[in-house]
Amino acid sequence: MQRLLYLKDVSTLALDHHRCNGCGTCLKVCPQAVLSIVDKKATIADKDACMECGACAINCKQEALSVRSGVGCANAIINGALNRDSACCC
Amino acid sequence: MTDDLQPFKMITPAPSECGCGAPATFTLLSRPGKDLPFVEDEIDTPAGSVPRIATRLTAGDWWGTIRTRWGVGRMTYGIPPGLYAIGTPNAQSEVLVTANYKLTFDLVRRAMAGGDFWILVLNSAAINVWCAAGKGTFGTDELIRSITSAKLDRIVGHRRVIAPQLGAPGIAAHKVKEATGFKVVFGPVRIEDLPVFLAAGKKASPDMRRKRFPLRERVVLIPVELVTAAKWMLLLSIAFFLLSGLGHPAGYWAGAMSSGVMATAAFAGILLGGAILTPILLPWLPGRAFSVKSLPVGMALGAVVVTLFGGDLGGWSGRFEASAWMLIIPALTAFLAMNFTGASTYTSLSGVQKEMRVGLPLQLVGAAAGLMLWITSRFTA
Repeated sequence: MQRLLYLKDVSTLALDHHRCNGCGTCLKVCPQAVLSIVDKKATIADKDACMECGACAINCKQEALSVRSGVGCANAIINGALNRDSACCC
Repeated sequence: MTDDLQPFKMITPAPSECGCGAPATFTLLSRPGKDLPFVEDEIDTPAGSVPRIATRLTAGDWWGTIRTRWGVGRMTYGIPPGLYAIGTPNAQSEVLVTANYKLTFDLVRRAMAGGDFWILVLNSAAINVWCAAGKGTFGTDELIRSITSAKLDRIVGHRRVIAPQLGAPGIAAHKVKEATGFKVVFGPVRIEDLPVFLAAGKKASPDMRRKRFPLRERVVLIPVELVTAAKWMLLLSIAFFLLSGLGHPAGYWAGAMSSGVMATAAFAGILLGGAILTPILLPWLPGRAFSVKSLPVGMALGAVVVTLFGGDLGGWSGRFEASAWMLIIPALTAFLAMNFTGASTYTSLSGVQKEMRVGLPLQLVGAAAGLMLWITSRFTA
């Protein structure tokens, strides 16, 4: 089976190398293996696989990672735009 | 359990950016207790009695799962949050954190059968771990509150809890540690991997940390998509069926029976393409955007509908009608396929926004042009 990847070059994930202390917590919480450790620092190895869940950023004590997190759900975005508070994706 | 717990009320999250929120008002049983169907008995702890739960699912549990998968009572399928026990846990036993969505709770107790664990159920407003973590209800504050109100420090001698990895978007482990002294260990993505994770000294293999989207998971999500979309397709079918007879040279019912039946077949095709075939074929369809992936499916179904149900393509009426459905079917199939982004496990907010910015106007133009062609076909010989 082909690996499922969503749109290219859209993720807002950003990493400040100077702040990173290489603890590796971000690697543990990322469900898409976006990050890896190179030379004792985290690096964004596969940005297009990032689904902007925000797990890495919220768990980075150094605040080295940032991402505009949210739910990638068309129905939710439509409901949000229409100001509807209805049941949607989950 | 302790007596100072407040009667249980579901959290009602403020309307978020995503626009999803649990229904505004509903209450469940007040707190974990012996009266719950999945509770076997109670065990005593220094902080009071804790209900011990069954690890074997009953026919009622499975029936509840099936109903929920078909969208029946899906947003209110919760259990009271609080501390539960599996087996005979003691002060050294691990504490597993989970959500109060019954489907999630059932997965946990079934997977951990035969072991001795404390199960700390957070109030995620009857939403699964990952979605609730994204909304923050399965989050840092709720975990801190739950650890405190369950008096976990009096029940276990160690200072750690094991949370599901997919809870990490909501739980800042270091903040929970600061507030409670409890270390949050993120376990594997799938509860089925937890026994191996624990046996390996709480180490996850790279594969255990990855969320994939295999065929089986895509298939179980189809019914909810289907039920939601089917309502609209049924309404559209009825409307088109009734309109089909108008202006037909051979009379109202002759028109309804030809063009109306074709329209019904078209909306059934849209449902099949957008809510069933595209999700199933997802990894094999070309492109990355869901609406792009759905295009070959929509075009093929359009061709099938025109071939099987279309009128005479020698005349302009038949040609207009066929063209109309060759536009409407792919456009609406793409719209339904785009909605499957919410069920998928790998799409990002930025990505979906981009797909919608480009896709939604094209789908609207396609459907509107198709509708105009269809109306034109009604008045063309």
